[in-house]
Amino acid sequence: MKAAICVFPGSNCDRDMAVAFEKNIGTPPLMLWHKETALPKQLDLIILPGGFSYGDYLRAGCMAAHSPIMREVVNFAKQGGLVLGICNGFQILTESGLLPGALMRNASCRFVCREVFVKMENDKTVFSSAYEAASVHKIYIAHMEGNFQADEETLKTLENEKLIIWRYCDEAGSTNTNHSPNGSASNIAGIINLKGNVLGMMPHPERNADKDLSASLSGGKIFESLKKLCKQ
Amino acid sequence: MKAEIIITLKKSVRDPQGEAIAASLGRMGLDDIKQVRQGKHIEIEFGNKTTSEIETEIKLMCEKLLANPVIENYQVKMGK
Repeated sequence: MKAAICVFPGSNCDRDMAVAFEKNIGTPPLMLWHKETALPKQLDLIILPGGFSYGDYLRAGCMAAHSPIMREVVNFAKQGGLVLGICNGFQILTESGLLPGALMRNASCRFVCREVFVKMENDKTVFSSAYEAASVHKIYIAHMEGNFQADEETLKTLENEKLIIWRYCDEAGSTNTNHSPNGSASNIAGIINLKGNVLGMMPHPERNADKDLSASLSGGKIFESLKKLCKQ
Repeated sequence: MKAEIIITLKKSVRDPQGEAIAASLGRMGLDDIKQVRQGKHIEIEFGNKTTSEIETEIKLMCEKLLANPVIENYQVKMGK
């Protein structure tokens, strides 16, 4: 699988993602500086990593969404290319219009950095096919603006079209709002677009994809799902 | 020519930062505060373009970058 990770000024999870990707899928991803105006040929996947692009100035991800490389990423996505946005990457995806809604400041106004429980809500996507339906997983989050909000119509569409991939929950899988670390609407932790090729999530799969780093290997299953595409 | 842009959250959006500020004000003994909502104030100084050109640019800036139309509104005040 030929993948590229976009690096913006202030991105800081790009190298962890590159290591996790290569370890789990077998090929090293290309690193693309945000000022590039062309994508490498025959890319299968673009990853927008976590971090603080542009210092989160003005709004997290808003200036990165206007970086030269993002014009190419948007075209790539419109043509069906796979795009995976993690944390700041998810923020960039909403700011660029590739995903609906917005990521606002956590309701607690606290930066939350710990493992949380999430429930797999849709295992029928190319990013989530290796997960068991409705399974509960422990995964790292580290964010101050992970509070996903959208208008009622958008939230209804997300539910009806099964575009919610991850929801915050407790160990038993209850998605009661008490179990959300950031107050996001409907406990949303990750969503996919209607076409099924663009996924954004606040948790960090690259932090749960190596047995030397964490007991939970929940993040590794995303790479496992993507690896299935290579075999086809 | 200068423009002052005020960006505020839409009324339907919860403002946890505003709530935190209200709580702090309460702790200062100011107990008659019903609500606080926080926004952004951006000042832009322009060169020599006409007012009409500037107004068009400001609309573009606000809608594409300065405000997030999903959760924010904006108001513009032009001045010298």
